[in-house]
Amino acid sequence: MNNVFVYIEIEDGAIANVSFELLTKGRSLADQLGCQLEAVVIGSKLEGIETQIYPYGVDVVHVADDARLAPYTTLPHTSIIVNLFKAEKPQVALMGATPIGRDLGPRVSSALYSGLTADCTSLEIGSHEDKKANKIYVNLLYQIRPAFGGNIIATIINPDCRPQMATVREGVMKSEMRSKTYKGKLKKIDVAKMVSDEDFVISIIERHIEQKKVNLSAAPVIVAGGYGMGSKENFAALFELADVLGGEVAASRAAVDAGFADHDRQVGQTGVTVRPKLYIACGISGQIQHRAGMEDSAQIIAINSDENAPINSIADYVIKGEVMDVIPKMIKYYKANSK
Amino acid sequence: MKTFKIIVLAKQVPDTRNVGKDAMKADGTVNRAALPAIFNPEDLNALEQALRVKDQIPGASITVLTMGPARAADIIREGMFRGADDGILLTDRAFAGSDTLATSYAISRAIKKFGDVDLIVCGRQAIDGDTAQVGPQVAEKLKLPQVTYVEEVQSVNEQTIQLKRRLDNGVEIVKAPVPSVITVTGSAAPCRARNARLIMKFKHAKTVSERQEANEDYVGLFNERPYLNITEWTVNDVEVEAEQLGLSGSPTKVKKIENVVLQAKAAKKIEATDADINLLMKELIDSHTIG
Repeated sequence: MNNVFVYIEIEDGAIANVSFELLTKGRSLADQLGCQLEAVVIGSKLEGIETQIYPYGVDVVHVADDARLAPYTTLPHTSIIVNLFKAEKPQVALMGATPIGRDLGPRVSSALYSGLTADCTSLEIGSHEDKKANKIYVNLLYQIRPAFGGNIIATIINPDCRPQMATVREGVMKSEMRSKTYKGKLKKIDVAKMVSDEDFVISIIERHIEQKKVNLSAAPVIVAGGYGMGSKENFAALFELADVLGGEVAASRAAVDAGFADHDRQVGQTGVTVRPKLYIACGISGQIQHRAGMEDSAQIIAINSDENAPINSIADYVIKGEVMDVIPKMIKYYKANSK
Repeated sequence: MKTFKIIVLAKQVPDTRNVGKDAMKADGTVNRAALPAIFNPEDLNALEQALRVKDQIPGASITVLTMGPARAADIIREGMFRGADDGILLTDRAFAGSDTLATSYAISRAIKKFGDVDLIVCGRQAIDGDTAQVGPQVAEKLKLPQVTYVEEVQSVNEQTIQLKRRLDNGVEIVKAPVPSVITVTGSAAPCRARNARLIMKFKHAKTVSERQEANEDYVGLFNERPYLNITEWTVNDVEVEAEQLGLSGSPTKVKKIENVVLQAKAAKKIEATDADINLLMKELIDSHTIG
């Protein structure tokens, strides 16, 4: 009872990366709270899946295995989570900020009347004093996220309602096993008791699952463009540099909204989070929303004509100048001098 | 035949995408007055899908429902200029300070009062919060099925609706019963433009409060043309439990707001000259950062 729960997302029969990241975070939260970490897996043909989950320091794995539960649909997964949470009363519940987590999370929070904070960039444990009610809360989950276009950082708490729910995007938290020999317990969920026929009113007729064409999180070098690039045509220079350096092209939200680049290249709080060896920010002012997605890059170069751009404050190198002037020089030197 | 009724949930939001230099005050707080209030972009995508359903089902009607301050009536008129039939503004101080859950409660109670509805359409998320929570939370409160991340309504009749969902890694075609709640993504078709004839027809559409404020004496006009009345509901018009509204109805509380202050790290300043850039590139190659 009152443990930390993580919803495990299944993608094409495999556990999604974001779920391992949440288990890692969940384990450290559970350590701080002095409670257990539990995981919930819902799907079909899940035989043996718990052995992949225990090493993250998971004490209990709940498995709901039924042919009707994959691929994911909202209602049966909601019914199972709601019933399980009513019985187990978790204090914290974490889900990926993915199309599945963002479909399921609010539905569950609405049914349980519990607070949910979307797209957290940091989760901590802390206390809170309610001066009006003269009450002190300890061991609350601080759900920290940028808000209002990234101009402010808000710390959200759920003092009275449980579970305290949060979603986190893929790549925001680190993934780390606790111990290969960690011993957990398997608990099978009696699916028939938890779902009803009405939960299956939505039918999936067709699915085309494509691998993402752009894999930003695996790229060692990222050349990113912002609104300051001025046009889609100017992005061609970024593609050329990325190509030469063996990297990928990314974009800020402003550049994506302006149509300079496709949405799957967006880095930031509402896009992908990346940690490349080198991040070259071109014409990016560096709103907090963008920085949340790239500030852990090993090295950052900012190319900007604005000396006061916020991006410069987190950069290792700041090149003051016009992007379209600087990039050809970089390409030229690299082509002449790389092995 | 009974009318096919569509509700479009829309939100008036500050345009956080165009945060200019004057958007921050000297003390570092957000200057909300400097941000224009707009029709939340994905709610416009939602309106377009609703309009397409209306095109397919003769006699269908679209009602734009929004919760917000008095000036949020602007987006109801905007919706009417693009083809919505009417609108409801849910406005009251009692709703102030609502988080997504308290918001969805109030909206779901307003929909209950509205009565039978066949389809509820809204944007996936609003740009001021990006939470994507209100759609699914409303669906749950009304015990209706939901389909999120919808890019296109492929077909619809009085019993079922077929939808294309755009996910991170592909697409999904699903069939849902009517009524359902659907949330529409920004990759869906953009909303059709305002229609000149509809602007002429609805430009004087007003809520009761707006009519009082403007001190307008056109009672005759509004009686003669009932479509100019934008419905306005306060907390007294909907059946609600007061403790589920506003701050008290919000399980999430804001503990702390920090304005973003950057701690500059010592960056190496580099001029855009050949010599400087060559030196930088050499350093990166030597350290095996690239190459």
